[in-house]
Amino acid sequence: MGVKGHAYAKDQAGIITTRIDEIVKWGRKFSLWPLPFGTACCAIEYMGVVASGFDLARFGAEFVRFSPRQSDLLLVAGTINYKIGPVLKRIYDQMCEPKWVISMGACACSGGFYDNYAAIQGIDQIIPVDVFIPGCPPRPEAILDAILKLHEKIDREPARKQKRVTD
Amino acid sequence: MKNELEKLDVYLKELGEIHPDAVGKVGQEVDDAVWVVGRDRVLDVLIWLKDKGFDLLLDIAGVDGLHLGRMERFEVVYILYSIKENIRLRVKVFLPESDLKLPTATDLWQSANWAEREVFDMFGVTFEGHPNLKRILCHHEFEGHALRKDYPMMGGQWCSSTRDLREDLDE
Repeated sequence: MGVKGHAYAKDQAGIITTRIDEIVKWGRKFSLWPLPFGTACCAIEYMGVVASGFDLARFGAEFVRFSPRQSDLLLVAGTINYKIGPVLKRIYDQMCEPKWVISMGACACSGGFYDNYAAIQGIDQIIPVDVFIPGCPPRPEAILDAILKLHEKIDREPARKQKRVTD
Repeated sequence: MKNELEKLDVYLKELGEIHPDAVGKVGQEVDDAVWVVGRDRVLDVLIWLKDKGFDLLLDIAGVDGLHLGRMERFEVVYILYSIKENIRLRVKVFLPESDLKLPTATDLWQSANWAEREVFDMFGVTFEGHPNLKRILCHHEFEGHALRKDYPMMGGQWCSSTRDLREDLDE
């Protein structure tokens, strides 16, 4: 799990030895607080993932926040058009570092079948994206897989280096 | 269906007595009756129809006939419904590109407010006397009118500013 070490001193309070990076990353990846930026049917699918049937709590990302100040995972679920684009960008900017973005579903990833003047053809044109989930809408298993992929990515990143704020 | 048409014929006759020649062409499109009305008479006809029991304005639609090769490029369609008689009626107005102006129907039906804003946003038709005529669907920085046939299909416009919701609530 990233925390390497062992408890010793039997019958006393346990002690775990580890490295600071490992424990920080371990804490981060199992307490992702998602902000669901839901604009369409993908958000309904996301509700199913958070609910008890698929139980996102097993992976520590169930504590949904609706304030960018309190969340570190922006989960964009649904069509993003040119009108809501500036709002999404502003919400991303308001989130504190470290932060991650999951683009959920065909619309958020590529515009989906909204191939026209109104829809942004992929949210990676305005904010950086860590994990893309294909599907229209994606299966709940795909969303769980994306959370696990994000865990791996958090593990790979250096824990103490700040990500660059986008211009 | 037959009763509707008979009822509309009666209406048409009654209207002709008060506003002769207001309705130009009478027809049937898909499943609704259509009355084509001149631009300067449309408000008279709408007021008269509302008094006759057309208490719902379901929608106002715009049509761009750029490639149809007719005299007037645009048309605006008022879709009316009478709850009492269960009749639908479309009132259609043709507008040339050079003079896209219509009187507002917001004094007759509240639902005309947003419907007219939508036609303004998508086709650029100005409704004179409208209390709040500004874009309703597109971003406020958007330029042009998106549903015109000469607007490019992929002509997305990058808009940068966000609006405070309180501004919209105040209006």
